[in-house]
Amino acid sequence: MDLDSFWGVQLGRVVLMWLLPLLLLPLMIWFERKASAFMQDRTGPNRAAIAGVRLGGIIHTMADVLKLLSKEDIRPVNVNGFYFALAPLIAIVVSQLLFVVVPFGDAIDVGGQTISLQALHLDIGILYPLAVGSVYVYSIVLAGWASNNKYGILGGLRAAAQVVSYEVALGLSIVGALMVYGTTDLNEMVRYQGGLLFGFLPRWGIFLQPIGALLFLVAAFAETNRTPFDLPERDAELVAGFHTEYSAMRFASFFMAEYIHIIVASGLVVTLFFGGWQIPWLSTETLRANAGIVLDVMLGGLVVVGFGSAALAMRWSPSLMRQFQDLRRHEGKVLATLFGGLGALGLLGLGLVHTQVGVLPDWAASALAALAQFSAFTAKTMLFAFGFIWVRWTLPSFRYDQLMRLGWKNMMPVALVNVALTGLVLLAVGGR
Amino acid sequence: MAIDRADLYTRLGVKPEEVTVVRPEPSILTRLYIFEIIKGMGITMRHMLYNMFHQGQMPTLQFPELRRTLPPRFRGRHRLMKKEDGTPRCVACMMCPTACPADCIHIEAADSPDPRVEKIPVRFEIDLMRCIFCGYCVEACPKDAIRMDTGLFTDMAATRREDFVLTMDKMLSE
Repeated sequence: MDLDSFWGVQLGRVVLMWLLPLLLLPLMIWFERKASAFMQDRTGPNRAAIAGVRLGGIIHTMADVLKLLSKEDIRPVNVNGFYFALAPLIAIVVSQLLFVVVPFGDAIDVGGQTISLQALHLDIGILYPLAVGSVYVYSIVLAGWASNNKYGILGGLRAAAQVVSYEVALGLSIVGALMVYGTTDLNEMVRYQGGLLFGFLPRWGIFLQPIGALLFLVAAFAETNRTPFDLPERDAELVAGFHTEYSAMRFASFFMAEYIHIIVASGLVVTLFFGGWQIPWLSTETLRANAGIVLDVMLGGLVVVGFGSAALAMRWSPSLMRQFQDLRRHEGKVLATLFGGLGALGLLGLGLVHTQVGVLPDWAASALAALAQFSAFTAKTMLFAFGFIWVRWTLPSFRYDQLMRLGWKNMMPVALVNVALTGLVLLAVGGR
Repeated sequence: MAIDRADLYTRLGVKPEEVTVVRPEPSILTRLYIFEIIKGMGITMRHMLYNMFHQGQMPTLQFPELRRTLPPRFRGRHRLMKKEDGTPRCVACMMCPTACPADCIHIEAADSPDPRVEKIPVRFEIDLMRCIFCGYCVEACPKDAIRMDTGLFTDMAATRREDFVLTMDKMLSE
């Protein structure tokens, strides 16, 4: 039986890559609320609790979901019903279609067979998210147009113009990278980035294509409609732009699509320019040969993080919780128990591994290596997703003409020059 | 205050074309914006990290549990004072409704059983929906019968308009 094309394995990979952005979504919303609060010297969400445990505001997201699910779905009288309903559907479906092409680990070897860790293996690779991602703007334009609202149509118009302008820079910014890698296959690109540059730098796209990476990052901000490019939903002048007339789950669809889009954009930036699932200086072979050490480091990390968080929870809890006379007083103890249990689990695992398991079999070694690489990929992606939030709460947004000038008169020429320079250097070095 | 440029030139006694405005030219590093953006992001990150590890120092007050101590002259919800024998000090002189700019005090007077006092209020109501908490009623009162020193300023929520009317019994009990 060919394991790689076995339907269970294929379904598992697709479901994993479909669920990963959905699972990271509450974390993103929590980042957005709590990080922005701390950046502005505010406290942020700290009220919603389950039995007094607030998890620093994560429970707030659950309360939010319940609210959005149970809210009345208002449809204004003069909207175009079909398109009004279609727009959020396009947004949520398109944003979830994108992540499947991103590879999240090196292939696992099981009994002579290899299982590739890329849900959808396409030869056109990077062109797929670019093509499907550009459909996303239809949802914004349709939402703005169908809702029969001046703010909505202005937001939709802005989105259309903005995405068309920045799609050019986005496409051109990766041409240099494609020339260096010599492939459009995302997994091949990541494999290429595993080597070393000058013997000490990881051969990541950011070091080979610094200008291209910067342009791609900026264009990705514009594609996801995040501040400083948030003109379609600019609340200062357009109320809420294209989703002014939307409420309840229809609004939530746009909201979720935006955050999933951020995660996908971060995943693409990581894959193209920051080594994808590669752990710097550690190749897959090294990881597999030292699988025992990898396992020790993972479990040890669990122990350190678990007990460290428990200690922090115990240290912070008295000063912060004394003011509350209800269940919240015990939050510190509950959190400390939970995290301490996690640490103890890691400790137990360490003990078991060292007493019961001798030499790890080959399939376990390659699975552990893949797990380490998957963690590295998720960590890098979340780091960039946090970057999107960090930038939003730091930078003011552009005026419309500045946005257009940056896209057409600055970014496009720089991207073209980058392509020419890359070609010249490749000619001088003699191919890749 | 906006400066009228033409007026400024006449007052300084110079012609506009003689004036050269020197604006600092931003350097090429500043105009690239990348380094400025990194600088700005450093500031927000510094604030975030500081606040993460110094949550006790956050200026936010956890309101319903903790309350700010109010200054002694803070004008909160009204109360009516009593004499030593427990009857209201108010003599229904109508000074406070006269002084009230929001027209929110309604008093009904009656003859006093006490021969030394001419009138007493049988009804004394303040409509909190109209009250602007200016304190003129306290200023106007010749008997120091009405005060605004309860320190209450949030516990006035209600779902019906009638519930916003403060009755005499309620004001006397506080």
